[in-house]
Amino acid sequence: MENIKITHSKNAILQLKDVSVSYTPEKFAVKKVSTDIYPNTITAIMGPSGCGKSTLIRAINRMHDLYAHITTTGEILLKGRNVLEMDPMEVRRMAGMVFQQPNPFPTMSIYENVLAGYSLNGIRLNRSEKDEIVEQSLMSVALWDEVKDVMSKRGSFLSGGQQQRLCIARTLALKPEVLLMDEPTSALDPISTNKIEELLLELKQKFTIIIVTHNMSQAARISDNSMFMYLGELVEHGNTAQMFTKPQHKRTEEYLTGVFG
Amino acid sequence: MKDKIFRFLLFVAALLILLLSAAIVYALVSRSGETFREYGIWGFITSAEWDPRSATEEYGALSFILGTLYTAFFALLLCVPFSLAVALFNGEYFKGKKIAGVVRSVVDLLAGIPSIVYGLWGFYTVRPLVIALDVNAQGFGIFLSSVVLAIMIIPYASSLSGEFLSMVPNNLKEGAYSLGATRIEVVQHISLPTAASGIVASYILALGRALGETMAVTMLIGNTNRIPGGLRGTGNTMASVIANQFGEADGLKLSALITIGLLLFIITAVINLIAKLVMKKLSHA
Repeated sequence: MENIKITHSKNAILQLKDVSVSYTPEKFAVKKVSTDIYPNTITAIMGPSGCGKSTLIRAINRMHDLYAHITTTGEILLKGRNVLEMDPMEVRRMAGMVFQQPNPFPTMSIYENVLAGYSLNGIRLNRSEKDEIVEQSLMSVALWDEVKDVMSKRGSFLSGGQQQRLCIARTLALKPEVLLMDEPTSALDPISTNKIEELLLELKQKFTIIIVTHNMSQAARISDNSMFMYLGELVEHGNTAQMFTKPQHKRTEEYLTGVFG
Repeated sequence: MKDKIFRFLLFVAALLILLLSAAIVYALVSRSGETFREYGIWGFITSAEWDPRSATEEYGALSFILGTLYTAFFALLLCVPFSLAVALFNGEYFKGKKIAGVVRSVVDLLAGIPSIVYGLWGFYTVRPLVIALDVNAQGFGIFLSSVVLAIMIIPYASSLSGEFLSMVPNNLKEGAYSLGATRIEVVQHISLPTAASGIVASYILALGRALGETMAVTMLIGNTNRIPGGLRGTGNTMASVIANQFGEADGLKLSALITIGLLLFIITAVINLIAKLVMKKLSHA
């Protein structure tokens, strides 16, 4: 690939080398994807349904391990370490994930939801450490003021947009290196979507964000770089502004102009 | 016209079932009258005296109520770890796999074995083991009946609670895995708490079955008409005392046995009602 004009200032934090994911031995959902992701950027992954974009980010935090029939090959280097050879639990703490449908744990309070990453992993914290993590995490998703007086209520008590921000806070509480987001706003209303987009622009100061999106204008609004995938292949990866104005590949252009979708 | 006839038939059938239930309750209540006149409701429930000799005739239900509670709750206690294991096997660890289907079929098969067969098996196979364990000399008693009863209710507890476990949404589990949780942590902190009320309801229903189980218990409990002296002791449950003594009973004794039947009916109805309420609460949550 010649589309090298990726926006970056430092060394890659995440490197994909010939990453393939297959559901059955013959059927590849992701085919030999190689690319680099740079720290403190937002990378949008676009493409039509079934192009493998969700499958690709789920490979990064090894969610595919949960399903015996899915195999991932190639190399995924996170800060130089091959994710596929690491302990999957450690990988998932380093690469946090936010899902399409907000999924706060219904049996836990808002406070407990933020700390779920710690309690699930059996990490004990004292009260002041907990309070600090909860406050910081909720502050960084701009939810603190809205929920600080209802901490003991269930997570499901919140609106959809608030729930999704709670889920982001829960992920950030573990201080991940990379934030993987699988269409995080597709189940939300425009106002909540807007809030989360603003939030992501702030969060990239501290984190590296990869966001799968169906929404081209969302990719244009918030991402530094964009990846376009088609039929499991990475067609193009480059600076978002350039890709939207001068795509290198015909497929990308067709997708962006709505010839198919 | 056809439609009207069909609707009328359905209506008659439904009404008939209501009338039948009412008739059963009426029969039980009316024939309990003699007992209530003699001892009063409270007096009958709190007396442990059961003396059928005509000169000193006296009847109280306490021994059998306690015998029923002992056996049923001990059976429930024994059944919990096994049915939880089966439920987790089918509803979580091997959900959707062939082996889960096999385990489910075998467990369902256990539910279909007639009570008398469990009784025979308990009598000839489990009782010698209980004697070998030195629980008591004859083997009969609360312990033996509870062990067999526990096996009999495992299918009821495990199949329903397995259903509730398999209904825990996948996105919650994936959310927990994405935070670095291991499988056991997901089960412990997500799946079990999320399915908790359903699991509790399954156990309440299983308890309901244990309370009313008759044949096997009658064959194994030792049939003594006094308050059971702990797990090693013998006793009688409400169901087993009726099964054991109704054939030769008349007069006040028959009325006392029917009153015990009425009480058992009320207890199991209440237990089933509680289970339904717990599940209803769950489905609205």
